[in-house]
Amino acid sequence: MDLTLKIWRQKNADDKGQLVDYKVTDISEHMSFLEMMDVLNEQLINKGDEPVAFDHDCREGICGMCSMYINGEAHGPDKGITTCQLHMRSFKDGDTIYIEPFRATAFPVIKDLVVDRTSFDRIQQSGGYISVNTSGNTQDANAIPISKIAADKAMDAATCIGCGACVATCKNSSAMLFVGAKVSQYALLPQGQVEATERVLSMVQQMDDEGFGNCTNTGACEVECPKGISLENIARMNREFLKASIS
Amino acid sequence: MSGFISSSIARKVAMALSALFLIFFLIIHLAVNITSIFSETLFNDLSHFMGTNPLVQFALQPVLIFGVVFHFVMGFILELKNKKATVVKYAKDNGAANSTWTSRNMIYSGLVILAFIVLHFVDFWIPELNVKYVHGDMSGMLEGTQNFRYFEELQHKFVNPARVAAYVVSFVLLGLHLAHGFQSAFQSMGFNNKYTKTVKTLGKAYSIAIPAGFIIVAVFHFLNH
Repeated sequence: MDLTLKIWRQKNADDKGQLVDYKVTDISEHMSFLEMMDVLNEQLINKGDEPVAFDHDCREGICGMCSMYINGEAHGPDKGITTCQLHMRSFKDGDTIYIEPFRATAFPVIKDLVVDRTSFDRIQQSGGYISVNTSGNTQDANAIPISKIAADKAMDAATCIGCGACVATCKNSSAMLFVGAKVSQYALLPQGQVEATERVLSMVQQMDDEGFGNCTNTGACEVECPKGISLENIARMNREFLKASIS
Repeated sequence: MSGFISSSIARKVAMALSALFLIFFLIIHLAVNITSIFSETLFNDLSHFMGTNPLVQFALQPVLIFGVVFHFVMGFILELKNKKATVVKYAKDNGAANSTWTSRNMIYSGLVILAFIVLHFVDFWIPELNVKYVHGDMSGMLEGTQNFRYFEELQHKFVNPARVAAYVVSFVLLGLHLAHGFQSAFQSMGFNNKYTKTVKTLGKAYSIAIPAGFIIVAVFHFLNH
């Protein structure tokens, strides 16, 4: 198939940036979206032009690196996938495709389609962990009884890959689905109880300091999340935060 | 404590609490208004009670005014903060693919409701304050008669078709605001469990029934004056 691509080009963080039109031809419907981008970049390199910078790593939907806002949606038109799992069969011959970086004040553009998502790292560092004594007498985690429901919900929350699609798709650039998932995965398990109070207070504080917006419960994040993280996690974070604030 | 008050979650919870208070108030308001359709006497009696009872006037009314003002002011504060979090917009953004129009446009439906409240205050509340607290007439009677003035005043307001149209449009926008706001308030307060589906259904029913009730009152009096 032949496509017109409107891609955001921006030399660096200080550059104003603009959409630039490109044509790609003979694109196979079996290609992944990133492979199509590779074809474009080969064309650009062969012509002596600067290739389009974009994030990618595992290319199997696990690492959360590939971002891109494709035709008005985080990770493109299909649901429950990352950009590397999006295939060109989701588009038609002759289509015009808009490809933009994830937009949020807390995700500044580094170059072209690459954004700085280290604000997520700082939120995680502020409390997204448990302190474990690894001196050799650590209790086997499997020896602690945990209900199936709690274990499943914790696991569901822990599948968050921190890709930032929730922020990118939210009209307020809210990070509450990400933080809600990270708070929940520990709040649901006994190992997470010791630091539960400080964790939620610190992570929410860091989230606010990073300049993410407020959740208005549109639910767009849940729909676009490649891992199907539920809004239930935001509600749990809110409960944990209120509980921690009054204790 | 200052950290708690300025936190995003505390602000959302405060927004939700004021919303639930206003949701409760709308039920009371409609319950009084709807009586005007089938009983002039009952409407007059209830209006006189609401307008002269010290508990309603000096305890509940100030709380209501605070609730309304707080909901609007906090709504604008949150909107401004959210605008700062999203300075650069997408060239192409397909919001309809993942969320409802009502959920994405609460600020606009809210602004229409704010404009309506100004109109409603000019229509009813300010004249009411003028009669009762400036002129000191707490009788609730039409001048020179022994009849209550409330029903007459209500009918008189809905003679003008432009005003009726403005009210109807405002109530439709109120319905859209509530269609998202009702369930959203519960979610903000951390309520998301097996009862969420029921809350959503209840929210939809409420967001249709309450505005429809107000519309029926306005249109009824327009057609029967």
